[in-house]
Amino acid sequence: MAMTEQRVSYTLDSSLETIDSAEEKATRIATELGFTEDEVMQISMAVREGAVNAVLHGNAYAPDKKVTLAFEHKGGDLVITICDQGKGMDLNRIPNPLAPENLLKTSGRGIFLMRSFMDVVEIRPTQTGTELKLIKHVHGPTAGGKEASQ
Amino acid sequence: MSMKVGSRQVDGVTIVDCSGRITLGEGSVVLRDTVRDLLSKGNKKIILNLADVNYIDSSGIGELVSAYTTTKNQGGELKLLNLTKKVNDLLQITKLYTVFDVKDDETAAVKSFK
Repeated sequence: MAMTEQRVSYTLDSSLETIDSAEEKATRIATELGFTEDEVMQISMAVREGAVNAVLHGNAYAPDKKVTLAFEHKGGDLVITICDQGKGMDLNRIPNPLAPENLLKTSGRGIFLMRSFMDVVEIRPTQTGTELKLIKHVHGPTAGGKEASQ
Repeated sequence: MSMKVGSRQVDGVTIVDCSGRITLGEGSVVLRDTVRDLLSKGNKKIILNLADVNYIDSSGIGELVSAYTTTKNQGGELKLLNLTKKVNDLLQITKLYTVFDVKDDETAAVKSFK
């Protein structure tokens, strides 16, 4: 499937394998779109963190709940959407992981890392769960036009 | 590639050579079990050699923090050795570089324990 101005989506189980699979797909597609090695790492890690949130915190590993993952090459941007079927999250209740009192907490860094690595991170509730949108602007001259196989 | 660990003793310090990925699931569990096992056997001077750790996610970062605090709470010390650029960058971004004692020379790292 050509990723130029196109979209590819996957429906995945709420499992650990989905997290690895999402990361692998992100790595492959970002590479094929011509992102630099550092950008590919950033995109794949952001997608991994998004998938972790969807599988663990959203769907809570429920076998009857799915995660949908979509990649879209749109207007020069890579737009990644991850949807779960969970209860949703209150962003105001997520503490700042850089605050001194939170530095030694063992969780709570996923959204922070996504925001560090992507140009846009949007989280919104949907009728069936939560939608996470991650956008990375294409900066490299070679980006676009390559084929992304499934 | 999942995570693998091997430990060795140098001058009373346990060096845990880690390789692979420290991520949610097996990688984090392996690290957790290894550190807890060392502490239960009285090995409280621990160096995690991360030279061959090529990937770590937020769960892995959390596991490093947990290993650090668990060791400290039991009167021990845990230090990090030979960070790859990726892991180093992550610790910088998350400000954890200021928490961990990070070394890049094994001999100096061993000698740095009290």
